[in-house]
Amino acid sequence: MTTLPQLDPLLPEDTPRRLASANTGSDWVFAQVSRTIGASVLLITGSIGAFLAWQSVPTFKRYGVSFLTEQQWQPEADVLGIAAVLVGTLQIATLAILIAFPLALATALYISEYAPDGLKPTLVSLVDLMAAVPSIVYGLVGVYLLMEHGGPEFALWLHQHLGWLPFFDVPTSDPSAAIWDQTRYIKSAFIASIAVAAMVLPMACAVMRQVFSQTPQGEKEAALALGSTKWGMVRTVVLPFGRGGIIGGTMLGLGRALGETIAVLLIVSPAFEIKWSITEVGTNTVSALIAGRFGEASASQLSALLTAGFVLFMITLVVNSFAAVVVNRSRSGAGTDA
Amino acid sequence: MSTTTTPPPRTARTQLPSREDLPPAYPRVGVGAPTAEERFVRIGSWAAGFALAWILTQRVLPLGGLPWLIVAGFVCGLLVTAVTTAMTGSRVDVADRLMASIITGGAVVVLLALATTITFTFLEGWRPLVHLNFYYDDMAGVGPRDPLNKGGIGHAILGSLIELGIAIAITLPLGVGTAVFMVEIGGRFARLVRTIVEAMTALPSIVAGLFIYVTIIVGLGIPPSGLAASLAISVMMLPIIARAADVVLRVVPGGLREASLALGASRWKTVWHVVLPTARPGLATALILGVARGVGETSPVLLTSGAASFYVWNPSDGVMNSLPLYIFFAVRSGEPLLIVRGFGAASVLLAVVLILFVTARLLARPRSNRSRSLRRTRVRPDHKSVETP
Repeated sequence: MTTLPQLDPLLPEDTPRRLASANTGSDWVFAQVSRTIGASVLLITGSIGAFLAWQSVPTFKRYGVSFLTEQQWQPEADVLGIAAVLVGTLQIATLAILIAFPLALATALYISEYAPDGLKPTLVSLVDLMAAVPSIVYGLVGVYLLMEHGGPEFALWLHQHLGWLPFFDVPTSDPSAAIWDQTRYIKSAFIASIAVAAMVLPMACAVMRQVFSQTPQGEKEAALALGSTKWGMVRTVVLPFGRGGIIGGTMLGLGRALGETIAVLLIVSPAFEIKWSITEVGTNTVSALIAGRFGEASASQLSALLTAGFVLFMITLVVNSFAAVVVNRSRSGAGTDA
Repeated sequence: MSTTTTPPPRTARTQLPSREDLPPAYPRVGVGAPTAEERFVRIGSWAAGFALAWILTQRVLPLGGLPWLIVAGFVCGLLVTAVTTAMTGSRVDVADRLMASIITGGAVVVLLALATTITFTFLEGWRPLVHLNFYYDDMAGVGPRDPLNKGGIGHAILGSLIELGIAIAITLPLGVGTAVFMVEIGGRFARLVRTIVEAMTALPSIVAGLFIYVTIIVGLGIPPSGLAASLAISVMMLPIIARAADVVLRVVPGGLREASLALGASRWKTVWHVVLPTARPGLATALILGVARGVGETSPVLLTSGAASFYVWNPSDGVMNSLPLYIFFAVRSGEPLLIVRGFGAASVLLAVVLILFVTARLLARPRSNRSRSLRRTRVRPDHKSVETP
């Protein structure tokens, strides 16, 4: 028979010990110091966004919605609008991502799954190095290599064979002329986007590779042990696990491509019109507009430029927030504890 | 053989099986290296593919030249690989082989792009690099047509180092500190900080430059200076580093933290001795990515620092040049010799980035004498525990 132990009535009743949750001593200092750092960073970064928004108010008051729909940027005629530069920005960024995404994904997969083990650290370093190459160097390569050797010829070939697509049509040039007009095919959104693609590719690739490398080894081995081929393993384990990283890395690259300045400024010739053709000379982006016009700008024009920057910031913000939501929803951010 | 009850038969001698008696061995399933046949199929498919592409592009279709040969060779190689794999394997094998080829091809394209970029820059810019004065001289009093043995980019190198040094001194403690706050302290306020920091990584660098230009140079009336430029770079780098460090710290396994806390370490000691060392390679990568953007980014500097043609040691004292800015103005000038100088400066900038990069890698590498230091730390408490009782 089970007997309950007799409790000594004289002893005080057992109460659960209180766990100390308050920080003591050095921990309190640590918490306060890091909270102060966090608050100051919040103050610095938040004030920039607030400042940009506050500076945009007068511009929107003066020009209203036409600031977003007007194509021309003529301060002397008091006509300011960013429709053309916005479209140019989106064109270049989208094209750059279209070029960079498959290459970045392939490189990340190659490094994490296919490369021989001895080669992996070198490849990781090379991709990081590619991310470290300054954007102006890509701009130089775009101007003096792509634009002089191959770029215009390829644009002409696209015009001749795929000219029925509005993207590759160059209306001001005759593709079958005996001597083709090379000047119509240079300084275009197409060449700028190749340079920008080379710039955003390693960023996207680094994010993807990082996530792929966190794939649980056990799940990969389970797939292989069940008889999967390597690609089957990649398709069913690595890619689903890394989906957040793939989308997040791509969006991060898109955000960078939207804001890229110097390579675009070096390559394109500024033009303020919305056009379908990506291989024709002349386009412009918001950031190139700011870099080109800030010097001679009066106070009100500076405010307009800040507004243009604010709109660009808002677009990249939406893109990045979308990326953050996707990454947080996926398993990739869940940490490495099983 | 049961021989307990029956008398042993006459042929009851033990026979050792000889090698000739064994049934023929099954072909063993290869798990690692491909067999000779597989290797022949792989290499042969690609050879056949490129041969086919050569005939198609150079002889049949009007697509002469090396670029088309490479593109067509890749496509034909894929096709031939698919056909040869389908002869022996299933659809799954074909997909496996094709994707392996495509993925490898993509990686090769990326590496070629990197190699082309670096080689092209050095090929265009090697001429000024052989003159020593290019590294330590400045451009004061040097005209655009002066030969390459006059003038140099010493002032731009110095300016870049000063600006970047200030920017790192500002952003590294703030960035990593914020990340530690967001991960280790947590709470509602930390979530707000994380939201804002993540939002500000979207800030285009040119807007960061414009912000400093409008507030400090136009608003406060302080002339363009190296300090303003490094502030612009900091504004740009801070969210990047904070966010990257946040991501790195978040993937430190919680079990390590809990083990440290369970052993009685304070939270600060846990962060300093467990979390940060575990995340060190990742943190170094985060710093590399931030610095890489900072050193090469021309747009914030373009708006805020002005371009001096002489040595400036004091960052708060007027205009200051930096490498990206020097390259930009040199190339923009259109003078052939200045363009060559610009490419030379670009080569130097690449080399600086490379050096920074290798240094960061070496720092990030786990210490090679780890086993020794581990043994030492293990031995020391043992001695104490033996001696103290």
